Amino acid sequence: MKRTLSGIAASNGIALARAFRLETPDLTVEKKTIDNADQEVQRFESALSKASAELETIKERTAAQISDKEAAIFGAHLLVLSDPELVGPITEKIKSDKVNAEFALKETADMFIAMFEAMESDYMKERAADIRDVTKRVTAHLLGVTIQNPSLIAEEVIILAEDLTPSDTVQLNPEFVKGFITDIGGRTSHSAILARTLEIPAVVGAKKVMETIENGTFIIVDGLEGVVIIDPDSALIEEYQEKKASYDRQKAEWAKLKNEATVTADGHPVELGANIGTPKDATGAVDNGAEAIGLYRTEFLYMGRDAFPTEEEQVDAYSAVLKAMDGKPTVVRTLDIGGDKELTYLDLPKELNPFLGLRAIRLCLEMPDMFRTQLRSLLRSSVHGNLKIMFPMIATLEEFRTAKALVIEEKEKLAAEGIAVSDSIEIGIMVEIPSTAVMADVFAKEVDFFSIGTNDLIQYTMAADRMNENVSYLYQPYNPAILRMVKMVIDAAHKEGKWAGMCGEMAGDEIAIPILLGLGLDEFSMSASSILKAREQISKLSKADMATHTERILALATADEVESYVKDIM
Amino acid sequence: MTEKQFVITDEAGIHARPASALVGSLSKFKSDITMEFKGKKVNLKSILGVMSLGVSSGSTVTIAADGEDEEQAITTITEVMKNEGLSNQ
Repeated sequence: MKRTLSGIAASNGIALARAFRLETPDLTVEKKTIDNADQEVQRFESALSKASAELETIKERTAAQISDKEAAIFGAHLLVLSDPELVGPITEKIKSDKVNAEFALKETADMFIAMFEAMESDYMKERAADIRDVTKRVTAHLLGVTIQNPSLIAEEVIILAEDLTPSDTVQLNPEFVKGFITDIGGRTSHSAILARTLEIPAVVGAKKVMETIENGTFIIVDGLEGVVIIDPDSALIEEYQEKKASYDRQKAEWAKLKNEATVTADGHPVELGANIGTPKDATGAVDNGAEAIGLYRTEFLYMGRDAFPTEEEQVDAYSAVLKAMDGKPTVVRTLDIGGDKELTYLDLPKELNPFLGLRAIRLCLEMPDMFRTQLRSLLRSSVHGNLKIMFPMIATLEEFRTAKALVIEEKEKLAAEGIAVSDSIEIGIMVEIPSTAVMADVFAKEVDFFSIGTNDLIQYTMAADRMNENVSYLYQPYNPAILRMVKMVIDAAHKEGKWAGMCGEMAGDEIAIPILLGLGLDEFSMSASSILKAREQISKLSKADMATHTERILALATADEVESYVKDIM
Repeated sequence: MTEKQFVITDEAGIHARPASALVGSLSKFKSDITMEFKGKKVNLKSILGVMSLGVSSGSTVTIAADGEDEEQAITTITEVMKNEGLSNQ
């Protein structure tokens, strides 16, 4: 067996624990003829009651650990288990056709699945997945195999999986889940981002984890270096315990910088913000020393539910973030949905190239009523703090003008209704499409600020799908092409007296930070857990010094040359 | 038999959460309870049946209960419809 595996370091920290493989067992069902139908019906009923008991436990745990809302889905699953229209025909089938329970269950469930899948609305189509989920659970009990449930884990483990979906990840309890390793995914995949939010060490894209590591094997995950060590000897364990302790000490050191301002060695202040997804994250951001929210992704408010959030729900969420930030700058990105991020209640046509399709601002301008509700909610919340509105995926000046006009119209409507709105709301854009970076000098005359979204800017500039591992080598933040574009945007902003920030993963990267400082970036927004480390790094760097290097760095030929140049001067 | 019509006012129609509440509230009743929509009649005690109707916002459904506790059943349904924001009738 290979002793180590390497992957992409996705979330800092070190963990030592036993491996817990999260996988779907083989649930293939064969048709069999049975002799004793009554006995078979009994077997079916016993599987049903075991599955129900299991779902009850999961439902209770989810309610206690996550929320009643998340638990409700398991309540619906329980109802499916006791549904007379499902249980009745299965029992009938076992008796009349003399078939095994697994097969009768499959035939009957498949009929319902097909019926739901044939329905017009995407929301109803999704319900087929619920039936499939419940059927799997009962089938597993009939076959005597176990379906794992991450929310039931009650000892310290490191999770191994092919990939983790957002719904898998919400079920992970950070008290017991000490780290995770996936075979696929990259630094910007959802599971990686979530690991950083939960502050759990993670290695992703490790390729052969599921093939190599058995359940219960003692392993080490090093989220700093992107290394996984299988069945380490006592010397290695000791070494890593020491490394973990030193990382924890370092973290404690950084914690002391929590209430300090971010100032370079030569006295230039910069702003360090956090990227957040829910109002709850705002507290974590402040705890990690954020001086601002550089990116509040509002799409999470729209996801995982079955209807649009109402104006009141939105006002509550936005106000909560603004209040938590207590007057500090709060950049709220308007809905960035469509493409790969779907809403079940929004029936959007499937697209061949979702990343190049009807998404973000394009979709919002296509659905002005939905967009106006969000803008109105933002404007109503603005009195609670320092709100800045940011439009995602702007490709042309017309898009920006149309979106801004809607803000102004909604503001006038509110004024006419006598509802208070702040007068100092800045309106800016995300720069993530090359056309906008190139035209930044023209945009800068009309927008109040730029925030460079590097994850998408890199993907669109390099023409490389960031979800596709086969072209992951093209995800090159240090490529001089990207750096030159970043410089164009920052220079354009400063020429018009505006500010430029960055809210992609690159803003928290220790190689990128010195370059960005030299280029004059005003605001760096990153995962909350990266802020204190960045603050320490910046306090040791001189902006003037870094500026003397930028011309040479931008003249380099490759990303690798840039990386070694920066390492040399540090 | 007791019958009552409801106009569904929830923007999303009868979706999973209120449907669960509706079906869940009926297990204690002995009466046979059905819901009819666009000429299709389903067992209201069946979550799959209710969901399969795909009742959208603005449509009218007819609920019928037949049995010893039919009137209490209709009263309960009316309450759940109101509490879940499905219908206010």
